[in-house]
Amino acid sequence: MADALKRKTQLFAILSVVSNVAGNSALTHGMMHLGRAGDTPIDLFFALFHPWVALGVLLLIVWTLSHMALLSWADLSYVMPVTAIGYVVTAFAGRFVLGEMVSPMRWGGILLITIGVVLVGRTAPASATLDGNSK
Amino acid sequence: MKWLLVGLCVVSTVVGDVFRSLGMRRHGEISDFRPGAIGRALRAIALNWMIFVSTCAMAVSFFSFMKLVSIAPMSFAVPTSAITFIPETLLARFLLGEEVSRQRWIGIGLILAGVVFISQ
Repeated sequence: MADALKRKTQLFAILSVVSNVAGNSALTHGMMHLGRAGDTPIDLFFALFHPWVALGVLLLIVWTLSHMALLSWADLSYVMPVTAIGYVVTAFAGRFVLGEMVSPMRWGGILLITIGVVLVGRTAPASATLDGNSK
Repeated sequence: MKWLLVGLCVVSTVVGDVFRSLGMRRHGEISDFRPGAIGRALRAIALNWMIFVSTCAMAVSFFSFMKLVSIAPMSFAVPTSAITFIPETLLARFLLGEEVSRQRWIGIGLILAGVVFISQ
């Protein structure tokens, strides 16, 4: 039972991180492509029909739903740090997809975040009950 | 203006996350992923006032962060937005009644330090 919960938590954490990073990237790419199109609310509305912006919004809806599902059984103090691995995914995407330089200090940051996520990830995902008492 | 946006971003993110956690905990564990069950869960979530508060706060957080990165460098905006880790963990412990072990605190501390490093 505990293993099944852990597997479900891992699956939804991965879905949440991937959809968030991909959604933000698609949205940024789309908005940059549109240039100053986000200046007025009407421009913003029409920006939703740009393929990259639409894809970004769709992926951020997936992020919202997977994050909500995750919080229906896992602690906030577990979900919040574990999904911080998104900072690392973004840095790797910057390095290997966009060819950005990653300084030694940034690699140090990536290492610290990874160790932190592994430490939190090894704790039990759920500890609290609805009335606020610990199990 | 910069620090006002940081404050708005941090407060709205914390409110959004805490209310999302409270709302989803009140809804109960989602364990049935068949389309009909997901539809029923979505209807129940849409009528949950805590989720409504969370969604409004998340919208404020999103737009204040967008405004922040338009007037300040990412190397400033990203680590300051990670400040939310501290109040959220404290609220998770004292408001949501979660057990935050020493291992979790150390992990969160390392992530926070890492975010500062990665943004340089």
